[in-house]
Amino acid sequence: MSDVAERVKKIVVEHLGVEEDKVTENASFIDDLGADSLDTVELVMAFEEEFGIEIPDDAAENIQTFGDAVKFITEAA
Amino acid sequence: MRRVVVTGLGLVTPLACGVEESWSRLLAGQSGADRIGQFDPEGLTTTYACEVPRGDGSNGTFNADDWMEPKEQRKVDTFILFGVAAAQQAVEDSGWKPTDIEAQARTGVLIGSGIGGLNSIANTAVMMEEKGPRRVSPFFVPGALINLISGQVSIRYGFRGPNHSVVTACSTGAHAIGDAARLIQWGDADVMVAGGAEAAICKIGIAGFNACKALSTKYADDPTKASRPYDADRDGFVMGEGAGIVVLEEYEHAVARGAKIYGEYLGYGMSGDAYHITAPAEDGDGARRSMEMALKRAGLTPADIDYVNAHGTSTMADTIELGAVERLMGDHASKVTMSSTKSATGHLLGAAGAIEAIFSILAIRDQVAPPTINLDNPAVETKIDLAPNAKVERKIDTVLSNSFGFGGTNASLVFGKVR
Repeated sequence: MSDVAERVKKIVVEHLGVEEDKVTENASFIDDLGADSLDTVELVMAFEEEFGIEIPDDAAENIQTFGDAVKFITEAA
Repeated sequence: MRRVVVTGLGLVTPLACGVEESWSRLLAGQSGADRIGQFDPEGLTTTYACEVPRGDGSNGTFNADDWMEPKEQRKVDTFILFGVAAAQQAVEDSGWKPTDIEAQARTGVLIGSGIGGLNSIANTAVMMEEKGPRRVSPFFVPGALINLISGQVSIRYGFRGPNHSVVTACSTGAHAIGDAARLIQWGDADVMVAGGAEAAICKIGIAGFNACKALSTKYADDPTKASRPYDADRDGFVMGEGAGIVVLEEYEHAVARGAKIYGEYLGYGMSGDAYHITAPAEDGDGARRSMEMALKRAGLTPADIDYVNAHGTSTMADTIELGAVERLMGDHASKVTMSSTKSATGHLLGAAGAIEAIFSILAIRDQVAPPTINLDNPAVETKIDLAPNAKVERKIDTVLSNSFGFGGTNASLVFGKVR
């Protein structure tokens, strides 16, 4: 797993209180990992903070799975 | 009018987490005051407070993980955590956990706070100045709003009845219980979870009350001596934190399900001083009218009162309340026991009226008045027994509990044995 993926996974586990092995490529934050809409806003903020990037609102809306997040951050960072 | 009884109690206090633990330490004359441990208080005029003892949950300590999942704790201010913990205790104590939607709709929540998420607001403001507005958490607002204890408790237990909150400074807890009882009397609900919570022991909270000259400052060497209501050497209140929550229930509803009944809510009075934003009116007129209204609603006279749980904050205002109680009681004054449990717990602001209502109810249950500790050298003479430094075992059938707040807002509650 890439360094970005490891760091993203750590944030997801911390914020959503889920087991690490549940955070898979296609795991949806809302449907699979128990997040609500406020949790996803906070997750995106945590990604921004961790990677020193800005994720615009329209891009954030498309980040629905763990894989989406890793892909977006890898390209933006 | 429908009768209202108390069927559940919950406490998080500077003495302990838990009703029996707090009560036994109160009766033993312990103090909850110490140097502030949540943050370094150096530089503040007051460096001590009555903090809820944190720990692993054993021996009366408060362990947040026992009451809320860690990932949820991050989303709420401490006052909500205290409120939810005390509410859980009260609901479990009452045994009332309705699962059908009709019974849930007849169960409401009315929990207030004097100040709410002060520490969260302060921290978020500083963080926003440093890092910009995009760093403000989506949980900041729902984690700091005062009515969110009522919201959290409603969501947790499916209580779909009236969902309400009170903000009346140091009268909040008493107003919440009184208003909730009225909702039951009026038939808007059969069961109400009611009370107050506070967690304002933070830098801006201490600094703010210091600026009002409201806090004790002289007892840094021995904070346990700082809260000393009615004593000549008192110099201000000691800030406390925690929560007190009761389950109020319509009498027939409680009897029908075989609930344990602690006591009966009998009366509730309110008044405004119309005098000053922080100081109580010198003549104690607002206090007197509040107590008189509560007694009238209860259908009682001053001679019926056995124990008064005073507002008694350890400020100069103590003697104003004492004078008002003396005048109200008249010849009965010498037969009344009145104590300030703030001597042990400090002043829990918006939770004070709620924890003191609970202490008043326990005074009826156990026929004992808790002491006013640190009352070594009374500031004034009085015929009223102020229970100095020792609990008083005596007949207690009816109690009166007073709460007075900034803005000149007064509330009094009367409870009695179930007749």
